[in-house]
Amino acid sequence: MDSIFVNALWVLLLGSLLGLELIGKVPPTLHTPLMSGANAISGITVLAALTAIIKSNGSIPLLVLGSVSLGFALFNVIGGFLVTDRMLAMFSRKPARKENR
Amino acid sequence: MDFLQYAIDLVAILLLALGIKGLSKVRSARGANQLAAVAMALAVLGLLIHYLGTTGISSAAWTWIIGGTVVGGVLGAITAQRVPMTSMPETVALFNGCGGMSSLLVALAAAFFPAAFGASGMVAVVSIVISVFVGAITFTGSIVAMAKLQGWLSTPAWMQSKARHFVNIALAVACLVAAVDLIAKGGMSVQGLWLLVIASSLLGIGVTLPIGGADMPVVISLLNSYSGVAAAAAGFVVGSQLLIVAGAMVGAAGLILTQVMCNGMNRSLVSVLFGGALGASAVAGGGGGEYTNITSCSVEECALTLEAAERVVIVPGYGLAVAQAQHTLREVTRSLEAAGIEVTYAIHPVAGRMPGHMNVLLAEADVPYEQLKEMDVINPEFPATDVVLVLGANDVVNPQAKTDPNSPLYGMPVLDVQQARTVFVVKRGMSAGYSGIKNDLFELANTSMVFGDAKKVLGDLLGELKELGVGKK
Repeated sequence: MDSIFVNALWVLLLGSLLGLELIGKVPPTLHTPLMSGANAISGITVLAALTAIIKSNGSIPLLVLGSVSLGFALFNVIGGFLVTDRMLAMFSRKPARKENR
Repeated sequence: MDFLQYAIDLVAILLLALGIKGLSKVRSARGANQLAAVAMALAVLGLLIHYLGTTGISSAAWTWIIGGTVVGGVLGAITAQRVPMTSMPETVALFNGCGGMSSLLVALAAAFFPAAFGASGMVAVVSIVISVFVGAITFTGSIVAMAKLQGWLSTPAWMQSKARHFVNIALAVACLVAAVDLIAKGGMSVQGLWLLVIASSLLGIGVTLPIGGADMPVVISLLNSYSGVAAAAAGFVVGSQLLIVAGAMVGAAGLILTQVMCNGMNRSLVSVLFGGALGASAVAGGGGGEYTNITSCSVEECALTLEAAERVVIVPGYGLAVAQAQHTLREVTRSLEAAGIEVTYAIHPVAGRMPGHMNVLLAEADVPYEQLKEMDVINPEFPATDVVLVLGANDVVNPQAKTDPNSPLYGMPVLDVQQARTVFVVKRGMSAGYSGIKNDLFELANTSMVFGDAKKVLGDLLGELKELGVGKK
């Protein structure tokens, strides 16, 4: 077992524990936005796609694969964050409106 | 230079964790989402800085990076802006599927060009196998979930039968065979790779297709968790710790969220995944039968009763959202409030199509957040309520869930609307709800049915209330 792999396993373990701890209690109101937001974060595979492109060394099939992968991942990231924001904007604008009345 | 990347990565991870944490509180949610977006941008920046400082980035690479960014980003932004709020569950499924597809493609790239990634040896092959398997299931499963929610796809009859279990088991075995083949040959098995891609894609379809519409949100949440796992596996493939942490966090958080949702619907994850559609078992398991003793009434009578009420509770359901009637509803409640009538909204945990979906829809129609009450809060208040207006909700107000142990709904938490003085149920016809189960509420003496499309009924109701002079000073 090389140490890089063991390190990576530790990172995996701690990351999972962190994820389990982060959302203990969620009001049902936020289930949909939270799912949508977490979903956008899972688009972090942009990093993997970028790595593939950068390390392609000019190989066209690899460039294409990486680029398509990047497109899918960014569709997930950009779309996910924007749509979550659209949902949450509806909650947060309420107090401001009320003061105007 | 490496120090800079580590620093950026650390900050990015910290912000991502804070983002997920903040998303679980109403007040901080919007800022938390933006924080997570910033973290993502930082992570990308850190990666680019790292490679600029070491190997450099060729101009060909830049071209393809910009190409992929523009196409994916623009399509994502357009989709996010255009999609109506009612289709939110489908949209999340679509985005999620694309995330899975991205992990799948990266893993394929690493499998075909191991030299480029320095991805050789046991660890790399196992990561590739996991990434392909989970990524493919996430992609096809999410697309099927989206198509089913959009009504583009219905479940073929044989998929409802027990036969599907054998098909799925056969597919799972095929995945296992392909995985073993790949690992044994150190990743050098093109047939094994394609078998894995095809079998896991089909498995994603086979598992998701039989699941009923009402359970779909749970499945989408679970698939969301899978896409985190796929991302973490891709992190092992390319050797990115940031990717591993973020993927693991989303995977674990998604699992918790799935569990919370299951609790809200009183369904176990196992029964959602393997039990098939709720409606299929309903036919066999009692609770059916014809309606007798239905009282229906006109919109005018409904308006007269509302005018005399002091406390009104609205129970919105998916039917309201489908009819796009939330804005008309808001006008009706405005005029009631202007007449000094206390109006609250009872939100069942699974109102709409996904937990929290109804809150989003009502917020869109400008309903004050404080007027939305959760089930546990509102249930004790029904006996002191004059009028309950049920709009396009069905199963969540079915008293059978508490009274009839033979009912398939038995044990599901429901809103006790029947305890109110008068209940009006606005419904298009006597057709069954999601679960296909008869609703005993409709036959009770204090229940009156108002037949019609929710938007039209509410429009008429608004007219009647105006004629009565409700809400005008």
